[in-house]
Amino acid sequence: MILQSRNKPKLLWLQSITCNGNTHSFLNHPELFSILSHFELVHHPVLESAYTLENVIKGEVPCDLLIVEGAFKEEGFLKSGVEVSSVLKKYADKAKYIISAGTCATFGGIFKENDPEEISGFCFDGEEKTPRYESYASKLISLPGCPIHPRWLSYLLLMIASGNKVPLDTLHRPVELYGYTVHTGCTRNEYFEWKIDAKQFGVKEGCLFYEQGCQGPYTRGSCNKILWNDTSSKTRVGTPCFGCTEPGFPQAGLYRTKTHMGIPATMPLGIPRRAYLTLTGVVKSFKIKRFTERLMEYDK
Amino acid sequence: MKIAEKKALKRESIIQTALQLFSANGFHKTTIPDIAAKLHMSVGNLYNYFSSKDILAQEIIKYTSEVLGEEIRKINMQDISAREKIRGIVTVYFTMAQEKPEMIEYFLRVYLSNREVFSDGCEGMVCVSGFITEIMIFFDDAVASGELRNQDFFSAFGLFMGYLGGMVFLKGEGVLPKEIEYYIDDISRNIYNALKA
Ligand code: SF4
Ligand code: SF4
Repeated sequence: MILQSRNKPKLLWLQSITCNGNTHSFLNHPELFSILSHFELVHHPVLESAYTLENVIKGEVPCDLLIVEGAFKEEGFLKSGVEVSSVLKKYADKAKYIISAGTCATFGGIFKENDPEEISGFCFDGEEKTPRYESYASKLISLPGCPIHPRWLSYLLLMIASGNKVPLDTLHRPVELYGYTVHTGCTRNEYFEWKIDAKQFGVKEGCLFYEQGCQGPYTRGSCNKILWNDTSSKTRVGTPCFGCTEPGFPQAGLYRTKTHMGIPATMPLGIPRRAYLTLTGVVKSFKIKRFTERLMEYDK
Repeated sequence: MKIAEKKALKRESIIQTALQLFSANGFHKTTIPDIAAKLHMSVGNLYNYFSSKDILAQEIIKYTSEVLGEEIRKINMQDISAREKIRGIVTVYFTMAQEKPEMIEYFLRVYLSNREVFSDGCEGMVCVSGFITEIMIFFDDAVASGELRNQDFFSAFGLFMGYLGGMVFLKGEGVLPKEIEYYIDDISRNIYNALKA
């Protein structure tokens, strides 16, 4: 789909049950308007756009690209007296692409906690496919994150606007963004390798895996590669990753890595348990002076 | 037989022989010429396989740890309860103390008592990881299934291995009134009761 300026794809952003987080995150994109200039924004909940919510609900709005934000319920969630699910269906059928923006729209997220039986993502319920999946799989792109990184969304929008194919994984996430883990690019990797733990939040030294509950080694996302505000990330400032891009988010006990007699209950992604335990048992035996020291002395 | 295979066999026979001599006579009293003589090989040739007595000693602890680890691994792979696995591990350990006493002796009397030999190259768990890893896997599974109580690794490990080591030590000193198998049931039950959820 190569686009002429006169024939820009029509972008419709719809919300279901949401905290607005993905909308707000995207508003922080430094090149927001240049990105949107590749599209005709037919409706957006907070940005000025051609059509009102009333037009949207009546089904009068054209739509090539549908972005959905928020978690879903088949029945009982109304906007202006109309079931949100029925409004969504109308546009999802029309659209050439459907982007689920954020973990709620993708897997159910935080809202699912309130009613795990009824509330889900648009095409996935946690990792399971919803009945809707069959109808929309061919055009679905998942962008989980709580919230999504604005640059992840802009990457995708620009790929679509320029007619590029976006390679996806089995949960329909772009592999360019979700092919590696948050652990990739973390400045604490050397501490992880040698099993030196941070003893408190906010310090530069140590890894947050064992003692602070960091989910980086099993969370797919590019937070340490495409930095937040182009500057930093949770783990860089000394806060554990909560695994917000994963179908199981939010886990109970976000600041705790579940262990069995000190052994992590979940192994880093793709690493066999025996191999991991052999290696950690060995590296823990080393006392490396450099890793026990502060990186910077502030009190001098 | 290929040369590499021959060398591997020779290497293993050196380990076996040295293991017996070290366990029986102690690390310091056993010399490289003693080991070479028992193997009918020249001292120079033995040094082709192991460049020093310390390195040979370290290879032996790795070897015994792998052998014991392999036995526990077989137990870990079985679809049985943690209670039965404890019994399995106790049995493996005591059987080894009966059939290959030099292995356990080596651990108790050479490895644990000559720390300076193992300080450089065998720090902490480096040389015993074959065995420790399997114990970790056993604990991990048993806590995940809810059978054993979640606690610090070393408090559980110390209880388990300290008890087994202690019994084999008593046997070695000749003070156990009965054969060591006699104690398997009670010891397994005691360990299980101490660690269960
Ligand atoms: S802090 Fe987290 S992401 Fe960083 S190295 Fe440790 S486990 Fe990996
Ligand atoms: S660091 Fe982890 S919790 Fe934070 S935004 Fe990235 S994936 Fe989500």
